[in-house]
Amino acid sequence: MMELDEVDRGLLKALAEDATQSAGALGRRFGLSQPATWRRIKRLKDAGVIAGRKLDLDAEKLGFGVTVFLGVKLATKGRVSLEDFERAVTAIPEVQTVEHVLGMYDYRLRVTARDIADFERVLRRRVMTLPGVGDVEANVLLSEERRPGPL
Amino acid sequence: MQADPDMSLPDLADRLGMTSSRLGRRIDKLQEMKVLRGQRAVINWRALGYAVEVSLRVTLDKTNPRAFDEFLAAAREIGEVIEIQTFLGRVDVRLSVIARDMSHYQDIYRRHILTLPHIADIEALMQVAAIKAEETLPI
Repeated sequence: MMELDEVDRGLLKALAEDATQSAGALGRRFGLSQPATWRRIKRLKDAGVIAGRKLDLDAEKLGFGVTVFLGVKLATKGRVSLEDFERAVTAIPEVQTVEHVLGMYDYRLRVTARDIADFERVLRRRVMTLPGVGDVEANVLLSEERRPGPL
Repeated sequence: MQADPDMSLPDLADRLGMTSSRLGRRIDKLQEMKVLRGQRAVINWRALGYAVEVSLRVTLDKTNPRAFDEFLAAAREIGEVIEIQTFLGRVDVRLSVIARDMSHYQDIYRRHILTLPHIADIEALMQVAAIKAEETLPI
């Protein structure tokens, strides 16, 4: 596990906001030279603390107006393998994230769709036909915010 | 770009069969239109010692009209909350909470979560594994 100092925390926070900032610009902000900043960022990447980057896209402008979170319970535990379910569910393009969870559901899925009618199509044709799928609970996303976390 | 945000502009231009400068202008345009709002570094909290991630599904007491605002404002004050989502459905709000281990989680849960205002019901889902996490849009 990597121990962070104040500058590392600041760099992480800044990159989580905007990963396109150059080492030079970040260095000026934190009072470091460009090479020193670059080395710190490289260290964070090598330690796996920075796992990569993600585009921040406006889903609505791209025609994806609806995001629904599904809680999925498997009906026939033991008979259908988790691997079969996971392989099939990750192959659905509209399913953006899949989490294996413990609690009242077995899986938590983030599903994006053009509108409610499109979501219904994905739900009926793709999700409800998955191997072993049982109870499904749907919650429509209204808003979401990412927080900086404990930095 | 979604599949590999680290790909360089010339490589991406090569793949799309266009010149780098034309591609650059296209990307600028997507940014101007705010379709592409930016790029964020993904922090792997596990590498920082946060081994536990719990999804807390909260139902609020909606008889109080200020319930949502007051709950959300207080939840933002908790450092270990990394995501806040509101929903239409059986669940009103979901918080993603990270912790170093189970006893740390227990401490956050008792001292900070249970003291949040207007909670009617709360359910926890503990993450075992992230099977798919890229959050790609099927464009």
